[in-house]
Amino acid sequence: MASKRKIATCSLAGCFGCHMSLLDIDERLLDLLELAEFDRSPINDIKEIKGMVDIGLVEGGLCNAETVRVLHHFRDHCRVLVSVGECALTGGIPSMRNHHSLKACLEESYIRGVGVENAHIPDDPELPLLLDKVYPLHEVVTVDYHVPGCPPSADALWHVLSALVAGRDPHLPPALLKYD
Amino acid sequence: MWREEAPPALDAVHEILGSHERDPGELLQVLIKVQHCYHYVPDGAVALIAEHLRVTRAHVRGVTGFYSFLSDHYLGEYVVYCSDNITDRMQGSTGLATYLCNRLNVKLGDTRADGRVSVHYTSCTGLCDQGPAALVNGLAVTRLTRLRMDLIAELINKRAPLGTWPSELFLVEDNFRRSDVMFRRSFEPGAALQAAMRRGGDDTLRDIQHEEAVDPSSGHAWRRGADETLKELYRSDLRGRGGAGFKAAIKWETCRDISAPERYVVCNADEGEPGTFKDRVLLTTYTDMVFEGMTVCGYVVGATRGILYIRQEYWYLKSHLEEVIARRRDANLLGRNILGTGFAFDIDIHWGAGAYIAGMETALIESIEGRRAKPRKRWPLPVVAGLNRRPTVVNNVETFAAAAMIALKGGAWFAGHGTAHSAGTKLFCVSGDCERPGIYEYPFGVSVREVLRDCGGLDAQAVQVSGPSGVTITRIEFDRNLAFEDLSTVGTFMIFGPQRDLFDVVCNFTHFFRHESCGLCTPCRVGTSLLANLVDKVAAGKGSPMDIAEVERISQLLKTTAHCGLGQTAPNHLIDSLLKFRAEWDKRMVTTDFVPAFDLDAALHEARQLTGRDDALAHL
Amino acid sequence: MSPDPRKTFRLDGREIPFREGQSVFDAAMAAGVYIPHLCHNPDFEPHSSCRLCTVIVNGRPFASCTQPAVAGQDVKSDTPELNEMRRSLTEMLLVEGNHYCPACEKSGSCRLQATAYALGLQDTHFPQFFPHRDVDASHPDIILDRDRCILCGLCVRISRTVDRKNVFAMTGRGIATTIVVDSPSGLLADSRVSRDDESVKHCPVGALMMKGEAFKIPIGERPYDKALISEDSVAQFQAREAAAHG
Repeated sequence: MASKRKIATCSLAGCFGCHMSLLDIDERLLDLLELAEFDRSPINDIKEIKGMVDIGLVEGGLCNAETVRVLHHFRDHCRVLVSVGECALTGGIPSMRNHHSLKACLEESYIRGVGVENAHIPDDPELPLLLDKVYPLHEVVTVDYHVPGCPPSADALWHVLSALVAGRDPHLPPALLKYD
Repeated sequence: MWREEAPPALDAVHEILGSHERDPGELLQVLIKVQHCYHYVPDGAVALIAEHLRVTRAHVRGVTGFYSFLSDHYLGEYVVYCSDNITDRMQGSTGLATYLCNRLNVKLGDTRADGRVSVHYTSCTGLCDQGPAALVNGLAVTRLTRLRMDLIAELINKRAPLGTWPSELFLVEDNFRRSDVMFRRSFEPGAALQAAMRRGGDDTLRDIQHEEAVDPSSGHAWRRGADETLKELYRSDLRGRGGAGFKAAIKWETCRDISAPERYVVCNADEGEPGTFKDRVLLTTYTDMVFEGMTVCGYVVGATRGILYIRQEYWYLKSHLEEVIARRRDANLLGRNILGTGFAFDIDIHWGAGAYIAGMETALIESIEGRRAKPRKRWPLPVVAGLNRRPTVVNNVETFAAAAMIALKGGAWFAGHGTAHSAGTKLFCVSGDCERPGIYEYPFGVSVREVLRDCGGLDAQAVQVSGPSGVTITRIEFDRNLAFEDLSTVGTFMIFGPQRDLFDVVCNFTHFFRHESCGLCTPCRVGTSLLANLVDKVAAGKGSPMDIAEVERISQLLKTTAHCGLGQTAPNHLIDSLLKFRAEWDKRMVTTDFVPAFDLDAALHEARQLTGRDDALAHL
Repeated sequence: MSPDPRKTFRLDGREIPFREGQSVFDAAMAAGVYIPHLCHNPDFEPHSSCRLCTVIVNGRPFASCTQPAVAGQDVKSDTPELNEMRRSLTEMLLVEGNHYCPACEKSGSCRLQATAYALGLQDTHFPQFFPHRDVDASHPDIILDRDRCILCGLCVRISRTVDRKNVFAMTGRGIATTIVVDSPSGLLADSRVSRDDESVKHCPVGALMMKGEAFKIPIGERPYDKALISEDSVAQFQAREAAAHG
């Protein structure tokens, strides 16, 4: 093989559970690293993708301006973009806040909440501004493949990654298709 | 949502219930009266109605929640519904609705703080030839202008009772521009019935009158007349005028031949297809012809009960219709002893409450039975098990009018007009960009161009034939013929002049179907919403070819999988538009790339407001 | 009565025997052919609202659950086009409500989820509607979570025809259709529903669930964690057929 595939990963409005599952592929990580190398990822703490990568794995949905910017960065720099986990696919648990207005959510947290002192809604420009709702990734960019699950099992992630690295269609077999 | 300070007194509910049988089938009619009286269905009324009609509260709430003209919250002393058909829009309706809201100082859809008034949109009110139109407390007002809106606002603000409003506001005209063999002369009440009974020979009517049998319908003379009338109907080759074109004689004979203790004749005057208003004119001016057609049907199939199901948009016709029925009873053309023969047949009026789906025959039957107007399962057909699960003929208003004329003049006379597969004449409801909108009667087979020439609309860029669920016709197709063989139609003929943006039409129709989907089946319930969102996205200049592909895919899904005609035909106009006016879509494409489903920067607006931020990072 | 061997229709090229009056769906399932479905439970009257069971009969589409089997008719079901449409319909049901599989007690026993598995759905494709729907947790034994409701109408039908209580009805219209409960307050707590009612036992999703039963079966051990709904449905259907018709 001429050169290794490059993989980048990130977690947006997620819990890093999908990344934990990625680590759960255990010794197969070594097989993977024979064929691929990690670019930007929480695993190695690289902050920016340099140039283009072959495969981008994005965990978590979109909840604020920063998550949207990171997703755009990934879309622009990944040849194949993969939505990983329920939050990325549907908004997931964080999107339960969509039942309430953003105002109600922020007031509950920062004004009326138990033990709140100096009650005000944070307005520091360094804080990412929240979106009105939590959204799945495919509503904002085109997503090439989706891996459902909360988190997707290590086997499911391995199946998808090993297929993508080998240039195969990563469609999940029934045994690996789970939404919970 | 406006809340009354105290629950209203329910005396009027008791009174309304007192005038109705303790029959679940009365529910919708009761709710309409309660709504008219209280301008909503008060919570306290729900329990009373449920108890009296022996239904559950949930059922009462479910029916209230289904129909557009019923509300579970107070709408105000004056309730204005602005007609929102594309033809109203072309006549400036949206600007006028906004203008009225401003004059009344009320937000569209909200009840004013003093509980005086609310203004809403509603689907087409069937007054396209004299729009923009609206309904004020159920009564149609036409030819709206700013001047008229000023007057209406003033009358509402000074709380003038509707009865004192200037009558010219409520003037509804027939605009019958062209008549052919069916509607050239006035109709003599009773003539068609007598002719039907005489079909068995000149003496049949007298023979029936002197028949000794206890059940007159078992008498020979009776049967001969009915059989011969059915044969005339077969000879006429009359096909249903509601759009589907099913042969009336087959329907009637099937209904007659099924053994059942009771049969029904139902006249479908729901006329919900936007741009359609012929039934309104027929029920205004050819009322006897319609009722007589129903009565002839009752005679032929052996039914004793007929029901006129009419949309509430035509509420202003109520006293007229009741007067005609009373007059026909007095003249022994309805009642227990029609023409002295012992033939018993009577007609009740059932009102709709704002639901396009109720025009679909099984949904209409559900509505007559006092339920949500939800289409039934495909089988059995209503003619086998319809109203109260009895054999039921459901025909369109115009079909019954034609049946009366066939009974009078014979099938051969009728079949002598029109084309090989579309006998007789048809009423066309011409509206939109033309000099003379109104009703035109032509023999079937007339070309689109001929209609356009006669109404003064030849410069049209497109004609929507048979309403939003029908077909969009372009200039190169103007020589096509209006007949079941080519352009099958309920009669709707909306004309779009060269100055019109046809994408406005697409938006209006798509929103119409979202509003009117009954919600029963998945593809229609969800698909009409998805389509409306996609079309809005394109209209907002945020569309991409991917969205067009999505519109095409969902359209195909609806056509194949929707439960009833509403969902199956809802994408027709989209498919036509993409096929025939693709440029209207293409010119709105900002990019060939994917565009998000929602506006990213707008999604930050609420947070910007809450934090007071407006820095660069506070935008996307 | 067993099927008349002389009476068959053709389903995807295979001859399917049927009893007089049987639907295409029932005959297919009895013969071991799975047709995806959600609103139909063969123990109750069919409803033909979810439209997943749409098949092509002699060239025209019909819901197989309400389409009578007729000798000699040609039926197509397992085609790429129909399966693609079934996937779209399932995606529509998933985005229309609020389905949080990871947090749902029905996960693994849910027919919507399992049908999506059977159709190989890896995503929901459409934009989410994120509707605001009420949860009714007022009843001591039963919870009604409208977020998960797919409007199949089974609870409405069963409460009317089997329990004879009419506890449930639909209100609203179109995309705003929701379940309404028969009680003065509109809440389950003061309705006539009880935990023994059939209506609360057949919800295909987690909209109607019993309280106090969470995690009685661990995640991973639930019916559709272990078997495909296609196999499970066919097996159940055939057992029912065998019991009813020998």
